[in-house]
Amino acid sequence: MIKEWLARVIAASLALVAVTIPLGAWWVHSQGTTIHARMAETGGWTPENMTAEVGKPLHLRLTSDDVMHSFAVGQIDQPAVDVIPGEITEVTLTFDRPGKYSFYCTRWCSINHWRMRGTIEVTGPGTETEAADPPLYVILGLDIDADHHTDVVPEQMPSAARGAQLDVSIPGATLNQEYYLSHSPVELWKALRGESSLNRWSDQEVWDLVALNWRSNTTPQALQEGKQLYAENCAACHGESGAGDGVFANELEQPDTGEHAGMQAGEMTTRPADFTDPAHMLSASPAHLQGKILRGGMGTGMPYWGPIFTEKQTWALVAHLYTFQFDLEDRP
Amino acid sequence: MNQPRELPWSGRPSQTESEPASPWRLPISQRINLIRFPWIRSLLQSRWPQFLVRALTLSGFIFTIVAGLLGSRVGSHNFAIIFVWIAWWTALKLAFIPFGGRSWCSVCPIPLPGDWLQQGGLLEKGRHRFGLNLRWPKRMHGSWLQSSGFLLVGLFSAVTLTDPRVTAWVLLALFGLAISLSLVFEHRAFCSYICPIGGFTGIYAQTSPVEVRVIDTRICSTHKDKTCYRNCPWGLYPLALRDSAQCGLCMECVRSCPKDNIAVNLRPFGSDIGQTARASHLDEAFLALVMLGSALAFSAVFTGPWGSLKSAAFAIGSPAWLLYVLGFLALNLMVMPGLFTLAVWIGQRWSGGKTQLRRAIANQSQVLLPLGLFAWIAFTISFAFPKFNTVLSVISDPLGWGWNLLGTANAAWLPDVSGFSAVLQIAILLIGLFWSASVAQRIAKRSPQSYFRQELPVLAFILLFSLALLWLLIG
Repeated sequence: MIKEWLARVIAASLALVAVTIPLGAWWVHSQGTTIHARMAETGGWTPENMTAEVGKPLHLRLTSDDVMHSFAVGQIDQPAVDVIPGEITEVTLTFDRPGKYSFYCTRWCSINHWRMRGTIEVTGPGTETEAADPPLYVILGLDIDADHHTDVVPEQMPSAARGAQLDVSIPGATLNQEYYLSHSPVELWKALRGESSLNRWSDQEVWDLVALNWRSNTTPQALQEGKQLYAENCAACHGESGAGDGVFANELEQPDTGEHAGMQAGEMTTRPADFTDPAHMLSASPAHLQGKILRGGMGTGMPYWGPIFTEKQTWALVAHLYTFQFDLEDRP
Repeated sequence: MNQPRELPWSGRPSQTESEPASPWRLPISQRINLIRFPWIRSLLQSRWPQFLVRALTLSGFIFTIVAGLLGSRVGSHNFAIIFVWIAWWTALKLAFIPFGGRSWCSVCPIPLPGDWLQQGGLLEKGRHRFGLNLRWPKRMHGSWLQSSGFLLVGLFSAVTLTDPRVTAWVLLALFGLAISLSLVFEHRAFCSYICPIGGFTGIYAQTSPVEVRVIDTRICSTHKDKTCYRNCPWGLYPLALRDSAQCGLCMECVRSCPKDNIAVNLRPFGSDIGQTARASHLDEAFLALVMLGSALAFSAVFTGPWGSLKSAAFAIGSPAWLLYVLGFLALNLMVMPGLFTLAVWIGQRWSGGKTQLRRAIANQSQVLLPLGLFAWIAFTISFAFPKFNTVLSVISDPLGWGWNLLGTANAAWLPDVSGFSAVLQIAILLIGLFWSASVAQRIAKRSPQSYFRQELPVLAFILLFSLALLWLLIG
């Protein structure tokens, strides 16, 4: 009889240990702030909204429940950290200013990758959040959804280096940055074409001058940053070559068919814009492009990047987009 | 249960069988009775060692289920997935079955609560026993349900083998089913007729080097009580044990025999197969074929280069998955049985055999046993060897939450198994192929017809299978 009871005690203790250890560990684990990352289709970030205080470090433990993700916070200088399936990544964030920050995923994890976003509400003393200035396209009253098209296109890709070699003095009105931001390349070309002092130059050479103007309104660092931002955030849909032929382009055009059928990108999505089409790109001003990037496309599937990119990053990206039309290298 | 027959190894010519004494009917002296060794004897006679092992496996089983339910959803970082489908499965295929037959069944935790309820105690039989003790319906005898269960799991295997929660729920379901069946039916109904693992463990146990057999039937004939039968949780009659397919090596008969007349023998590999007098049934033939077909299917899906096939297996409920289901079932229900039947039929016709086709199929299916055993060993090596580092890391971080209990969480032990593993798989498939061919030879020698003509189509079948699996695993 004693043997039987001993056996029962042993069996019960072993079973109890087997249950309580993981159960207890799970309870402790769920009390902590581990952020679970999943593709947007299956939940995105959990938790999605966090709070923090200015100056107080926010420790985060991140793990992925499915595929490789990455964690980055918009508008602050925080490099992205990989969020690895089944493993824990730790990151500490410190905020200088109060406000609502967006965090997002920077590794293409699914067709709805860009929807993987959450917010961190930071409270505390600091400069009062100023009302931001409206973006340039709003001030200019541009309709960024309107179709734009030009028939005037260069014969070959305009080159800023060739334009520099021409050693021409450009009329002052077109030289400042305000002009660059608010005018499309074809508008500048038409203005230059109308200048009598430039009559002896060919159409193509005038295009080279346009390219030179575009080059002079940005820096090599900005172009490099724009190129990196494009590769990380835009290429999956718009394509590495900018032709609107990225990995997810077909799904955006026809959401219910194709290899990723069933992965809904949203209703009424359209094929991504083709940055290599001169008729389209050369008729878009930098302000126009900035607007598209900030606000996203209404019902086209284009994400909005306003909370993510700083203004400097946005202009860098815009400058890079024109490299699909212009050769902005310093040497030909 | 009536007339004690002279046993193959008793050294005397058999009285009830018409076959002549043959070279592979070994006399008992060629079997080593392990009970003769005192330390083995004391290990087996006492209930404690086996009980402790089973209590531990039960504890591990419960831990596996809880880890699967609560831990990380990432399969490669969860104890449930790694320990069930890599560690335990490899141990089962490479150690338990080839060397111990149904030895896993003797320590399996799943029927444990049922056993306790049926015998009214954990260690000793109690007075209050639970269960209706109904007989298992005759129509549901055999391994048909086990084959079906295996196929069913196979349809959902892609998700089961990678999602910890699904594995946990499947284990829980089997656990609940085993307990429920124990409360209704007598003996180990779940283990004998439902458990998919039990199905193939049983048929392959016939190739294993361990058996439990009665020593001297004359002693049994004077023993009225037959305590061995009364104590066998599997409902077997040790005196009538002719093959190891049904015996779960629980040793209860060994413990309860008052005459010490039951032996645990070490015997040559494959002793149970190659005998046509043995009443092999169509259900075993079907199961053997299902195991072969599944080996091919899983090799293609899990380790093959066809991404769309793998995606289809994962996308349960989708049209692609239905196509996968149709293909999988067609392979196992039509192609493999069809080709084998054809091979047997051609062999029978060609050699002028008079055996009924059903009987011929059942007999010839013994040829498939070494083939299937080694096919599964090779397949297991192909997917498990490269993943052994996960076993080490999951011991330190069973729930995938960044723990490092034993310091092995980031086990960088990643041996380059690519060359070695491939050579091993080829060698193993070849062993299986040649062993199966020798079984075919054994079977054919017993029939008066031309061995060559009868067996050639079957040999062609096993050769074709081996080549197909070789191509899938190595090519």
